[in-house]
Amino acid sequence: MTISFLMDGKEVIVEENKTLLEVARENGIDIPTICFHEVTTANALCRICVVEVEGQRVLQPACIVKAAAGMKVQTRSEKVIRARKTILEMLSSTMDLSEAPEIQTMMREYGADTSRFPDAERRESDVIDDNPMYIRDYSKCLLCWRCVQVCAEDAQYTFAINFDGRGFETQIGTFFDKTIPETSCVLCGQCVAVCPTGALKPKREYLLEQGMSPQEISVLNTGRKKRKA
Amino acid sequence: MIKPDRIVTTTCPYCGVGCNLQLHVKDEHIFKVNSPFDSPVNHGNLCVKGRFGYDYVYHPKRVTTPLMRRYLLEGKPRPEIREQRFEISSANGQPISNPPVSSLSDWLETDWNTALNVIADNLVRIYKRDGSDAMAVYACAKATNEDNYLLQKMYRAIFRTNNVDHCTRLCHAGSVVALQQATGSSAMSNTASQVIQNDVFIVTGSNTGENHPIIALQMKEAVRKYGAKMIVIDPRRIDLVDFAEMWLPLKPGTNVPVFSAMAQVIVKEDLINGEFIQNRTEGFNDFIESLDKFTPEYAEGISGVPAEDIRKAARMYANAEKAAIYWGMGISQLSHGTASALALINLAFLTGHIGRDGTGLNPLRGQNNVQGASDMGCMPFHYPGYMRVDDEDNAAKWEKTWNIESGGLSRKLGLTTTEILSQAHEGGIRALYIMGENPMMSEPNLNETRKHMQQLEFLVAQDIFMNESGAFADVFLPATPFAEKDGTFSNTDRRVQRVRAAHAPRGKSRVDWQIICDLAQRLESRLGVDSAYWKYSNPEEILREMGSVNSDYAGITYERIDKVGLIYPVPDMSHPGTPTLFKESFPRGRGKFHPLDYVRVMEEPSDEYPFILTTGRVLEHWHGGTMTRNSSLNEAYPEARVEIHPADAEIHGIRNGDPVKVQSRRGEVILRVTVTEKTSVGVVFIPFHFAEAAANLLTNDALDPQALIPEFKACAVQVFPARENELPNPDAVLNRGRY
Repeated sequence: MTISFLMDGKEVIVEENKTLLEVARENGIDIPTICFHEVTTANALCRICVVEVEGQRVLQPACIVKAAAGMKVQTRSEKVIRARKTILEMLSSTMDLSEAPEIQTMMREYGADTSRFPDAERRESDVIDDNPMYIRDYSKCLLCWRCVQVCAEDAQYTFAINFDGRGFETQIGTFFDKTIPETSCVLCGQCVAVCPTGALKPKREYLLEQGMSPQEISVLNTGRKKRKA
Repeated sequence: MIKPDRIVTTTCPYCGVGCNLQLHVKDEHIFKVNSPFDSPVNHGNLCVKGRFGYDYVYHPKRVTTPLMRRYLLEGKPRPEIREQRFEISSANGQPISNPPVSSLSDWLETDWNTALNVIADNLVRIYKRDGSDAMAVYACAKATNEDNYLLQKMYRAIFRTNNVDHCTRLCHAGSVVALQQATGSSAMSNTASQVIQNDVFIVTGSNTGENHPIIALQMKEAVRKYGAKMIVIDPRRIDLVDFAEMWLPLKPGTNVPVFSAMAQVIVKEDLINGEFIQNRTEGFNDFIESLDKFTPEYAEGISGVPAEDIRKAARMYANAEKAAIYWGMGISQLSHGTASALALINLAFLTGHIGRDGTGLNPLRGQNNVQGASDMGCMPFHYPGYMRVDDEDNAAKWEKTWNIESGGLSRKLGLTTTEILSQAHEGGIRALYIMGENPMMSEPNLNETRKHMQQLEFLVAQDIFMNESGAFADVFLPATPFAEKDGTFSNTDRRVQRVRAAHAPRGKSRVDWQIICDLAQRLESRLGVDSAYWKYSNPEEILREMGSVNSDYAGITYERIDKVGLIYPVPDMSHPGTPTLFKESFPRGRGKFHPLDYVRVMEEPSDEYPFILTTGRVLEHWHGGTMTRNSSLNEAYPEARVEIHPADAEIHGIRNGDPVKVQSRRGEVILRVTVTEKTSVGVVFIPFHFAEAAANLLTNDALDPQALIPEFKACAVQVFPARENELPNPDAVLNRGRY
């Protein structure tokens, strides 16, 4: 069955059961996304995709809200733009977005003021290098949850990582803070593949960035230092 | 954040799933691997080997210069004992100064011209003296279709021998022979991605989660998201069991009674598909007579699987609208491997679960290109396209293609992988050419294999590392890994996909097909024969030559498979490929039921050797370890472990991590124990990747009489306590939490 509704003042006719984000993309309307990924279950965590729906008290996340007959949707109203800009400003004041080029582009596009929240406490942590395949740098993590999802039922059914802690202290972690090799992790790296900010990175790429040559890395692979048992 | 100079799309070099890879290249080095999320094979998912296991390409131990033994370079006779030598005694063209002891067996660097001339001289000398039967070649299920096609062409066209085989003999030969006998085909009937269409599926003799990780993800998805029911029939409590409706833990080697009892239940309870049996099969009456003794209770007595579970599994499989069977080496690697696979085929024929989407008989092929190497004719009984070598019409077609006089090709069936080495003696095989295989790890009863290797008169190894087999060679030719060559791989579900070079070959190494063409021309000029043609300018020309005779590949061009592979048979240029086989008929006409008997494994537990040893693989490693043990994968899984059930461990006073000696009638290894319920009571498991504790020192070289596949999956062993300082690598620490 098809339904009809208004998006940015234009009538669109679509199959039922589609999200506003899907409809927008099919109609060439740009709605930014950060936590959304085509292969993970949408959870509306980052709220950057919010749109204004007439009659709704608060902005609606387009990645999970389904289109309905007669809806009137504004994807770029003043309220929407202000919300997106504020989200980007809050993100940039608390975390390291240096390896998130798509978010940097968004910040330029929305004119986000990176100094708007000068007193914000930054989420900082040391790089965790506890396995031979990838490193974890949670100062770059915006908690999009994609890694947790691909580790669970969106891909791998391995359940090695999850949210840890509460509120500002929330971080992606392992059960009992075990090192990655000690968890159920199978080192498939799906989490690395979907990370939008470089918080997860192949070890080899990381070592190259640290200034090691490919030759030095290969030698490292042959004469590995012994890890603590 | 590193910006790649280029991103190269290619196919994974590890297992038969054939995942699509995007190699991110910077300064002529791969630094990252991703996969496209729209890939029809793996949907962007990869396992640890595919995503991180490419670094062996840059390992300092990789051999990138041709090597020859000192005795050949100095024109001296080979020392009486063929020495297994891993160290290389020269570097950058110069002998390493002050070698510990200069010996005639030293490996010295040389140039391609010298190396290929020495090989050509020796092969031609032996061929002229002893004829075709003295020549043999091992092809490579890791190399491309193009490489493999040319290798068998070289041996068939120039040396007129069918002594061509590869590791398919050691993995799915039982399945291939069974499928040939019963259907006339020898590949998966359906694609792996159809598992989400199954209502019920059986996984048996396959640790899919570790050995075909991406197919296992699709199986888990089928269960969790599509409502399929999975039945695992396996001696080990593999990770898939967590997702299964039923787990039937049978004793290793008792497949035939369990599957035949399922067949009996299906017949007795009238759950058969009478229409399918009548229209599509033959031999039904003889078959049901043979089922009389296979009661579920009889099967329980042999296998240990409760009769009631056998009944329940049979009903689930038979009553499903769409059901499929996926199997691995636990079926084929037995001295009755062919019979085990036939028992599964009988089940599909009884129920008609074949020839439709979402059904099928699906042997999960191990290597990235074991299907392709078989398709390319790297087997002793078949030309490319499974054309029998003893058939006049077939031989005539290839004689024409290869510019050979009528009647010139050998009609005699060649020797198999296992036979080639066991006949390495005076009057038998004298010269062996090994492309990329490692029999000194992968053959059963390695102490025996070692003796055979030493009996060879001349041995060539073409590989990327000096592995356990190459270390026996006279000449070593440095070839290139997947990341440095163009061509095609054919995955487990018959999908032919592109392989693309990420960068140029390292050092002086050369791509395999070019090495073969160069050598073949040197052989032909020494023999003074007409050329079978070796002047290919690119690998696609090679594939097209093969496809001009092998109709399965007739419609495959590089352009057509540029983005997405094609599933053969692809008989013409407009054919879209064939994901599901046997929709109308079987290649042999009717499917043939095979009455079966229960045959015991060759070596059953005794007082002296009370455990059954079964062998297999782990997620992080690949077969003989040539690639993965020279990779960061080895850090993720650095040592061999023997798995033993807690009940057995307690009786023997063994704790997790203890060093033990595992001994069979043929050999012994010392390694640490993992105490786990992943294995069953009375059964121990050792992966075969680790040279320092090689499981195949223990395994039995008894063969299946039809497929000649060895019995890797069951032999009798004893386990003794050992001391820490007896471990080959006591410092390796395996500290993993994964199941």
